[in-house]
Amino acid sequence: MKLELRRLVRGARLGILSGLGGGGQHSLELPGCLLYTRCCSVPHLTQDTLRTLGALPAGALAEHQEVLESFQEGAAKFAGLHNTALFCSLHDPATLCPSGYNTNKTVSIWSSGGRIELTVQRYMALQAAVRPNWYQSLADGDTQQAGTSLKRIRKSVDRTLAFLDECLLLHHKAQELAEAHIFGVIEGGDVLEERLRSSRETAKRPVSGFVLDGFHSRAMERELQHQLIVAVTSELPQDKPRLLQGVGRPDEVLACVELGVDLFEGFFPFLVTERGCALNFDFNVNCDPESKGMVPPAGQEVYEPADLQQVTCFEMNLKDEKYRDDFRPLVEGCECYCCKNHKRAYLHHLLVTKELLAGVLLMLHNLAHYGGFFSALRRALESGHFEALKGKVLGLSRSV
Amino acid sequence: MAASIVHDAEMNVANFALSAKRAVSALPPLALRIVAECPVSKARACDLALPHSTVNTPVFMPVGTQGTLKGITVDQLEALGCQIFLGNTYHLGMRPGPELIEKANGLHGFMNWKGNLLTDSGGFQMVSLVELSEVTEEGVKFKSPYDGQEILLTPEQSIAIQNSLGSDIIMQLDDVVSSTISGPRVEEAMWRSIRWLDRCIAANKNPHRQNLFAIIQGGLNADLRKACLEEMTKRDVPGFAIGGLSGGEEKDDFWKMVTLSTDHLPRHKPRYLMGVGYAVDLVVCVALGCDMFDCVFPTRTARFGSALVPWGSLQLKQKQYAKDFQPIDPDCSCATCRRHSRAYLHALFKCDTAALHHITIHNVAYQLSLMSAVRESIVGGRFPQFVRTFMRRMFPSPEQYPSWAVEALASVNITLDCVSKDERN
Repeated sequence: MKLELRRLVRGARLGILSGLGGGGQHSLELPGCLLYTRCCSVPHLTQDTLRTLGALPAGALAEHQEVLESFQEGAAKFAGLHNTALFCSLHDPATLCPSGYNTNKTVSIWSSGGRIELTVQRYMALQAAVRPNWYQSLADGDTQQAGTSLKRIRKSVDRTLAFLDECLLLHHKAQELAEAHIFGVIEGGDVLEERLRSSRETAKRPVSGFVLDGFHSRAMERELQHQLIVAVTSELPQDKPRLLQGVGRPDEVLACVELGVDLFEGFFPFLVTERGCALNFDFNVNCDPESKGMVPPAGQEVYEPADLQQVTCFEMNLKDEKYRDDFRPLVEGCECYCCKNHKRAYLHHLLVTKELLAGVLLMLHNLAHYGGFFSALRRALESGHFEALKGKVLGLSRSV
Repeated sequence: MAASIVHDAEMNVANFALSAKRAVSALPPLALRIVAECPVSKARACDLALPHSTVNTPVFMPVGTQGTLKGITVDQLEALGCQIFLGNTYHLGMRPGPELIEKANGLHGFMNWKGNLLTDSGGFQMVSLVELSEVTEEGVKFKSPYDGQEILLTPEQSIAIQNSLGSDIIMQLDDVVSSTISGPRVEEAMWRSIRWLDRCIAANKNPHRQNLFAIIQGGLNADLRKACLEEMTKRDVPGFAIGGLSGGEEKDDFWKMVTLSTDHLPRHKPRYLMGVGYAVDLVVCVALGCDMFDCVFPTRTARFGSALVPWGSLQLKQKQYAKDFQPIDPDCSCATCRRHSRAYLHALFKCDTAALHHITIHNVAYQLSLMSAVRESIVGGRFPQFVRTFMRRMFPSPEQYPSWAVEALASVNITLDCVSKDERN
């Protein structure tokens, strides 16, 4: 795995991560995002998607460990994904993890069958069965409840470092993981000192990259979150990628890119799909005379949602009556299957009648739109229009 | 003088244009060409030319109730080789309603489907789904499940909705009676269905592009069926459906009504057997002379994790498939079988709707390729052998062949293993 940085735009890093995948043939442009999957399947979708780099939460696979061990060829092959590089995370970023279950020796994850307690041994055995191309170390990130004590936060850092050291030992012993890369996990809750300690200590270990945990939107205030992220990334080596977990909203992505984050988990389009919405925020920074000088409509600020489920200003709620006879595509000019073939009125009908096709079409659109956003983001960094992009994305919602 | 010459010239042009238009619309919206007939049984293979394309029969039509075939896109449907499928007048009439669909350029435009569509009248749903208030000569009165209001569905209204939907084949509103009922109600419904057929024919605004099929009723009573057949075949409709069956009646009674119907239906018009979709039923009813079939079974059962195969079905949610790394059917070339294993689908069921879609795709592929194979065997003059091979694959031993199927096939001169010893090998 190799990280090549091409440009630094203030805090943002433009580059390419190469050498991924079985034969090392995949690469990912940074800043970038991973395709969110459950059980190695992009939710709702049966067909190939264009991107070939996926992320997969361990919880979805933990209950299938025995099957994977019998299969002997890893999760990607098991799922029929023959040309995909796979990252295995610990938790599912799209769901909230209950608090209070981790111990000095175990971390709990949740699958469809309920809670699974993972020791390092068990976690590593699971990774050996999954055979991801890269994965994160076992970590205790249970510090997101309001009022988590300093003692508890320190423990999370200590445990995570101990887990990492054990994982590294087992990693090198496991033949199935010979070609896999392991990422260290930065913990520390909302305490700067602990964040720094976690970063410095983790950076000493022979890991291929870093996962920044515990920065989910609901965990702490924006400003503090930004302070801590930049403090962390400043401590981490420049030549290794940084993956930020639990952050996916376009405005937050833009902010975190400037703080030195390279990779995001692509779960946001999935959440939008699940609530029957379609991403429609504008990320085009072409010189469009009509859009110059547009100000945010009065009273429409970018607000902080209390939870993952709320409709944001980056999307349109297709269940709304006003779409009932709207015969336009979701987003004019979008090249996705849904926009090339269907109209808003049809999507509205599918949602009202609770038809399965709604999820399929929305997932296709939302993935395309979000992917387009990341492409635009990289182009803006390349061409020096990052500020203009921010203005576009943060200043407006497309009110239709 | 000059003015009237110009006027005449204009009239001539206008007349020419009118007769040209008439000539084009005089092309029938349906034409059946018989490609091959089985010399042993009543099976036939035909090409059914419809407004959107030609459909090869025998054909199985999947059911896309609410303007969608569950989680399958129209592209995937096309790739599966589907040429025609069903939409539901009752459901679509409720949501989103005929006016909106008309605005969207009909159901084809609304769904973006370039193939053919068949809509039923809404009658069956009213019997099976809704609290039935009353059936009168006027129509069917029922309570809307959405707002509790009383609605009257008349033959004229059913056709009006179907005209708005713009489907290639539309069905008459029939007086539907459960096949398990006997007595005077059956006869009443039969005669009423004939009167409603006439009202439907009169109400059809688009006879030049929407084909109105009659539906033969009469329950399980041979005399009533015959009377209905005699009357309805006097009407010049492009096709006939055999209705009132596939509702829980005994199979022994079922097949007799099917074969009686095809005996009395015109050879050169398509025969559509409604509500039939199990593989064995399809094969037998093709032998009895049916061309078109529809059923929710394959797509519905997929969503319960049941995958259809030539030897029955696999309940993929069962533990036994957890480590079964074969595809559903090693001989199936559908997208699901080419890429995924039973074990993967079993695991996927626990967390993602995509599992349902994979199996739906497979089941539709199974049904369509079964019909394709049936057709090929008719065209190749080997339909009876096909039937024998099919039955052998489906049942562990000849002793387990359903007796109704054996009898039905025997009635059209196809004998199965259990009857003839020298067939065994």
